[in-house]
Amino acid sequence: MTGSRFLLVSNPACIAFADVPELSPSQWRDALITSSGRLAALFHEPQSSATRLYAVVAFRATGKLGVITTVVDGSYPALTPDLPQAHLFEREIFEASGVVPTGHPGLKPVRYPHTTEPGVTDYFAVEGEEIHEVAVGPVHAGVIEPGHFRFQCHGENVLHLEISLGYQHRGVEKALIGGPNSRTIHYMETLAGDTSIGHATAYCQAHEALSSVAAPARAQAIRAVALELERMANHAGDLGALAGDVAFLPTASFCGRLRGDILNMTALICGSRFGRGLIRPGGVLFDIDADMARALLERLALTTKDLRGAVSLLWDAPSVLARFEDTGIVSKDLCETLGLVGPAARACGVPLDTRSDFPSGMYRFRQPAVATWPDGDVFARAFVRWMEIQESARFIEEQIQNLPSGPVTAAPAPLAPGSCAVSLVEGWRGEICHVAITGDDGRIAAYKIVDPSFHNWTGLAMALRKQQISDFPLINKSFNLSYCGHDL
Amino acid sequence: MAAIILLIFAPLLAGVINRAKAFFAGRTGQPLLQVYFDIAKLLRKGVVYSRTTTWVFRAGPIVSLAAVLCAACMIPLGGVRALMSFPGDFILVAYLLGLARFMTVLAALDTGSAFEGMGASREVQFAALTEPALLLALISIGSATGDWSLHEMFAVVNAHAWAAHGAVLAMATVALLAVLLVENSRVPFDDPNTHLELTMIHEVMVLDHSGPDLAFIEFGASVKFAMFAALLSGLIVPVRTGLAWVDASAALAGLFAVAVVAGVIESCMARLRILRVPQMLVAASVLAGVAILVALAQGVAP
Repeated sequence: MTGSRFLLVSNPACIAFADVPELSPSQWRDALITSSGRLAALFHEPQSSATRLYAVVAFRATGKLGVITTVVDGSYPALTPDLPQAHLFEREIFEASGVVPTGHPGLKPVRYPHTTEPGVTDYFAVEGEEIHEVAVGPVHAGVIEPGHFRFQCHGENVLHLEISLGYQHRGVEKALIGGPNSRTIHYMETLAGDTSIGHATAYCQAHEALSSVAAPARAQAIRAVALELERMANHAGDLGALAGDVAFLPTASFCGRLRGDILNMTALICGSRFGRGLIRPGGVLFDIDADMARALLERLALTTKDLRGAVSLLWDAPSVLARFEDTGIVSKDLCETLGLVGPAARACGVPLDTRSDFPSGMYRFRQPAVATWPDGDVFARAFVRWMEIQESARFIEEQIQNLPSGPVTAAPAPLAPGSCAVSLVEGWRGEICHVAITGDDGRIAAYKIVDPSFHNWTGLAMALRKQQISDFPLINKSFNLSYCGHDL
Repeated sequence: MAAIILLIFAPLLAGVINRAKAFFAGRTGQPLLQVYFDIAKLLRKGVVYSRTTTWVFRAGPIVSLAAVLCAACMIPLGGVRALMSFPGDFILVAYLLGLARFMTVLAALDTGSAFEGMGASREVQFAALTEPALLLALISIGSATGDWSLHEMFAVVNAHAWAAHGAVLAMATVALLAVLLVENSRVPFDDPNTHLELTMIHEVMVLDHSGPDLAFIEFGASVKFAMFAALLSGLIVPVRTGLAWVDASAALAGLFAVAVVAGVIESCMARLRILRVPQMLVAASVLAGVAILVALAQGVAP
């Protein structure tokens, strides 16, 4: 039950290879399925004759990350039957390495690289006279990313939804091997376009841990401000889109504009609405001077006030609440079993938040309040977003008013050879996990990225069960997961 | 006469709704004449037919538009005479609209798409509940006025009739408003602006149509809205002076008022969950049924 067999480290951490406990495959499996933590990452590194599997487990109670490894040859007993949150990770290992997790209940590729076309697979099908199948995507009616959704329906009721992704697979993790080079940071900023700051921060934390460079306090504060602006902008956009999906025009129109206003605040800092070019290993490239700080605070106050007006309309409209409440429920148990993260988990009453559980950077000194709601429905996911917007605004105001003095960059240093760094960041969708492994030459030998969407897509599929198929767009929007962050 | 006014102004009503919505959203909105431009544009375009479709798919828009236009001939605009009028014509109107819907549904099923099938099933389910509400509402007006052709029954809805049968006419108005919103796929029953096929009712059935076919559908849809708006205008604007231009302008003003009301409802209300739609429609039917009972109890206006 304890993390005794794990190497326990803080976030972010640099670990020498020799220190990572190597267990036999069965001990490794036992350690994972009996641990009290949540699986943050599970991945493989090909070796000359066998395959090495790594697991990173997040222990919320102690604020520590546990790392263990094992070496398998061809196959190993699957974790999924006893640890459902491992199921996508094991499918991923299977598709990339060919190692078979024996006993996995739904073994097939996740992203279909090279071998087959995406979406060509055996879908789970429900048999029956009155059952019909509805296939949606991969090309959708809106300006959104490609993904295929296969519904098994009985009339208007959904019995099962299978989500098939992989259309955006670009081979990012493979392209990072041999780095860091001038391309690396750009890969990070475009892993998921709406999470540029989150992923760039996670990478820079890992880079800094490996090179034993500490970003200056002022840079840490600016990073935190940018991360919270990203959260505010996306949450505001989501609330507007949720209103749009139930045809509630006032909030939909106002939030669309307000999201732009918040993005423009990021642009004021660094010239890019999505914060590209702001965060670099060693610090940030743009400082916030006194004039800019004043302008930011003014805009923040104005935008927050307008947001309050626009979003209050949602909670005051009975017709909206009738659509949001009791739609797409995920229970707390299911949430913990599937290992959901971010607002989706907090909306099920699970108070997990990397900023307070595994604080790094500025969050070591000031943790924003964790917003939770117990119901697990669309309303809960919307309301958690609204609470987080308000908390982020308070946090940003506080940080800008109390910016530490000093430089914003530290000189970068080469990466330590034969090491491993784990870095967690609470992006607006939830926990972002980056694991960097360096070879003997101090270059990246393996890089693992876990976008929060990777944990949460299964939650969306489960939330659809016993729901009306006409509510799918609304439930989907309440999760608003990333396709490219999942496909990498 | 009324039919000509309706055909001319029908696409303008859609523009008025859009402007009302834009006003509430703080936008300028599209031009008032946008729907005319759209129809003109579509008429100049080519048509794409899927290989899986048959003649049914091509016949759908044409038969639907023809049926709607025939129905429009029997609709009076307040005191303005309908082109055709005979006792019981409102039953023919209801079934001409039924024919139009039947052809749209057939064309949708002809594509073999899961989306269109789903939309067709929803449309038919809701239509089965809307038709009684429409007929009962018109019968209640007939019972109050003692006339059984659309023209005759609306020709006598003046201030005097409202004084005598206010309750009946008010209930009929509410029931007809519900019918107008659901028949024309407006919020809260359907969302005409959504791009999400899974939530659509009517729009999803016409996704595969293009070019002039789509122009027919768009025009048919706006005429259908204008027909129901004309009936409502006949109720809420009880101006029957006998002077053609006074009656016509008053009824036209009523027509635009209905469009504005639809836009306002759309601006301040979210869409109903699809499960709730039948309940609202049954409520509208019950309301119209009660209106008939009240009218029968009161007897025909002296």
